[in-house]
Amino acid sequence: MNGFELSKVMGVVQRFRGANNEGVLAIILLALIVGMSIANPAFFTLTTFFAIVRSSIVSLIFALGVLIVIISGGIDVSFATIAIFAAYSTVRLSQSADFDPGLIGMLAIALAIGGLLGLVNGAVIARFRLPTLIVTLGTQGIFKGILLTYIGSQYIADLPASLAAVSTMNVFQITTDTGRASLHIMVIPAVLLCLLVAWVLRNTMFGRGIYAIGGDPEAARRAGFRVMRTQMWIYVIVGMMAAAAGIIYMIMGRSANPRDLVGGELDIIAAVVLGGASIFGGRGSVLGTTLGVLLVQVINNSLILAGVPSAWQRTAVGLLLIVGVGVQALAAKRSSREIRALVKEEVPA
Amino acid sequence: MTSPTSTYAQAPVLQVRDIVKTYGGVTALSGVSLDLVAGEVHCLAGENGCGKSTLIKIISGAEKPDSGEIIIDGIAHTAMNPSAAIKSGIQVIYQDFSLFPNLSVAENIVLTAAVAERKRIYSRRVSRPSAKAIVDELGLTLDLDADVVNLSVADKQLTAICRALVHDARIIVMDEPTTALTHTEVERLFALVETLRGRGVALMFVSHKLDEVLAVSQRVTILRSGKHVITSPSSEFDRRSIAKHMTGRDINDARVVSTLAADTPIVLDVEALGLRGAYTDISFALRRGEILGLTGLLGSGRTEIAESLFGASPAEQGTVRVDGEVVSLRSIDNAIAAGIGYVPEDRLSQGLFMEKSIADNMIAGSLDSHRTRWGGLDTGKVRATIQRLFDRLHIKAPNVSAPVRSLSGGNAQRVVLAKWLANKPKILMLNGPTVGVDVGSKEEILDILRGEAAGGMSIIVISDDAPELVASCHRVLVIRQGHLVHTLEAEDITVNTILERMAE
Repeated sequence: MNGFELSKVMGVVQRFRGANNEGVLAIILLALIVGMSIANPAFFTLTTFFAIVRSSIVSLIFALGVLIVIISGGIDVSFATIAIFAAYSTVRLSQSADFDPGLIGMLAIALAIGGLLGLVNGAVIARFRLPTLIVTLGTQGIFKGILLTYIGSQYIADLPASLAAVSTMNVFQITTDTGRASLHIMVIPAVLLCLLVAWVLRNTMFGRGIYAIGGDPEAARRAGFRVMRTQMWIYVIVGMMAAAAGIIYMIMGRSANPRDLVGGELDIIAAVVLGGASIFGGRGSVLGTTLGVLLVQVINNSLILAGVPSAWQRTAVGLLLIVGVGVQALAAKRSSREIRALVKEEVPA
Repeated sequence: MTSPTSTYAQAPVLQVRDIVKTYGGVTALSGVSLDLVAGEVHCLAGENGCGKSTLIKIISGAEKPDSGEIIIDGIAHTAMNPSAAIKSGIQVIYQDFSLFPNLSVAENIVLTAAVAERKRIYSRRVSRPSAKAIVDELGLTLDLDADVVNLSVADKQLTAICRALVHDARIIVMDEPTTALTHTEVERLFALVETLRGRGVALMFVSHKLDEVLAVSQRVTILRSGKHVITSPSSEFDRRSIAKHMTGRDINDARVVSTLAADTPIVLDVEALGLRGAYTDISFALRRGEILGLTGLLGSGRTEIAESLFGASPAEQGTVRVDGEVVSLRSIDNAIAAGIGYVPEDRLSQGLFMEKSIADNMIAGSLDSHRTRWGGLDTGKVRATIQRLFDRLHIKAPNVSAPVRSLSGGNAQRVVLAKWLANKPKILMLNGPTVGVDVGSKEEILDILRGEAAGGMSIIVISDDAPELVASCHRVLVIRQGHLVHTLEAEDITVNTILERMAE
């Protein structure tokens, strides 16, 4: 093969790999699915597929929020607490006041609460320029305390009618020879949110500003981006997305438990980082994040099918995270060295 | 200063008038005035801490002056903000370029203009052609789709210049634009500066490199300690007079090297050293009391060779002998044990604890040699070492407990030097010992090196600052693309030969 063809092939390979290794991730995901299907035919069914999709919905919405924060160079560990705070408070409010504003009304209340809690994060981070991990770690504890002390700590088994009505709604449902397969209605908002976030990140100045801030905050300031305002908005948006995820979680679980969700933050962050987002900021995509979330869900599911105790799921995700990120880091180090060597050889001494 | 406006055919595009700026009681600028005229390069020169950077920040709107005004096209402003400055056609190219490493060249070029226009929607399809138009107009070869993080320093700078022009910049301020550039890249930049002048752009060029100031500018303004010293056409200056205005005293940069006896013993003997992707087959010897220059373009491998000798990135081939004994330099510990010290290029991040005191920094590298019999620190000995070095290196600070952060570049560099001298290495390597250091301090640092060499230390200076090599080195090794291509000795060591051999 001559050099030209080689470079053309390399170009195609590069494009498939994507800016954040999305292609590599897709191949791993595909290989895992093929492997699992061969090992256990029960895996390759519509039922399993829909189950995986269903279990990915809440994670995916969380992950989109986390993606935005990570691209901006920050990290948020309070989103799960915000989600449960906003959703539980909404349900509790509706229950105690015996008032049901309908699905949209409920969602609006939850979004307002989530946005407000996000604003607390954003204000502290942007105004005092504190490390985002510490701030959100702190507010996570504060929010959780407030929730359990002042709002309620009891499990609510009956959701308000407007929410309960959506609980059993499916986009479609078919009966196959392996059982009934149904795709939950909440997949629609998740997909729409994916498209929206992808569009905002790619095609709006706000989205490009998030990448710019993640790349170099000082340069962003000098370029005229309103860094403080953008940062505030980022945390407000994350708060609102978390709230939406919280409501969806309760709808799908048909109950409201103030002790749910919290504790799973690291899985979400792991999925986003696996999806190619750089923990140092400035890099990441919705496609990669979606693949990352699916990968984690498929692994969890296949381990269950393979009869591996659920305790090992965490181990598997942890291992995958370190291997995935480690391989990327090594590849980057090697390629930079090869580029250096290549540059030297190109020009004869 | 009286307004020079009347002597110029054209009205100035930008005037700053009587700018005063203080930071918590310290006066950074006291009544500085300056004019920029279209199609003219105006150099702003001065030592570190003279107020150059503060003045740029005020012009760009990043800082507000305490008093004074900025007049653009006859309209006076008491202060600018970054967006207003960009809208009035002012573009600052900072030393670090302020680019976004994670974004493509094309996006970097167009993004700030889009911000200034308060756009809401961003489209790759629309922005790429406007980036391409500028790149083509300037006749540059830049890969528009490459991420900026992967570019060379020179290409990053070109990207920053293209970005400035997308805004239809009429005033471009370049802060120390040549610091990280090699000789050929500087020439290319100067050619581009001529193109920009042709387009009627007013340029302000901030530098403390005297040759460049003279080569590129039509007018020169010199600041010293926040005060305006002189503004004159650059034809009325020479190296010496600029240096004198900058420092307020006469500067001597003549070649001063000791004579080494023919039988001076060899301290360091490097044979066929190689590291894949960095350099190959490097052999040289260093004698006792010798100052050896190691030069080459950025990326030539000169830094990698030093890092290998310091064990930071160990060589893959070759042998190194210290005092005739073969030494294995697999780690920094090995190198220090062999008597090799290294002052890195980026001293702020690699060589100093900025928040700690001068004293702590000086002693940080030599704790082992200041122990009592019982393993504790010998405080008396520590104090003696610190005081001795503090006095010998003439560090300008109230006392040894001042934090390093409070020092100027030249003084911070002396603290790094002191740290290594405290260790009494046989061989001391210094990478860019005077980068970012003004002319006055530069002369003194070179004097300190000469003194140490005379005392028996062998020194390797890694630098592309030709005048500095000429002033201090017995021999100069030229590295090109990882190969040792020339060894310059005695009268061959001149600024011109060094620059020619580096670039050939």
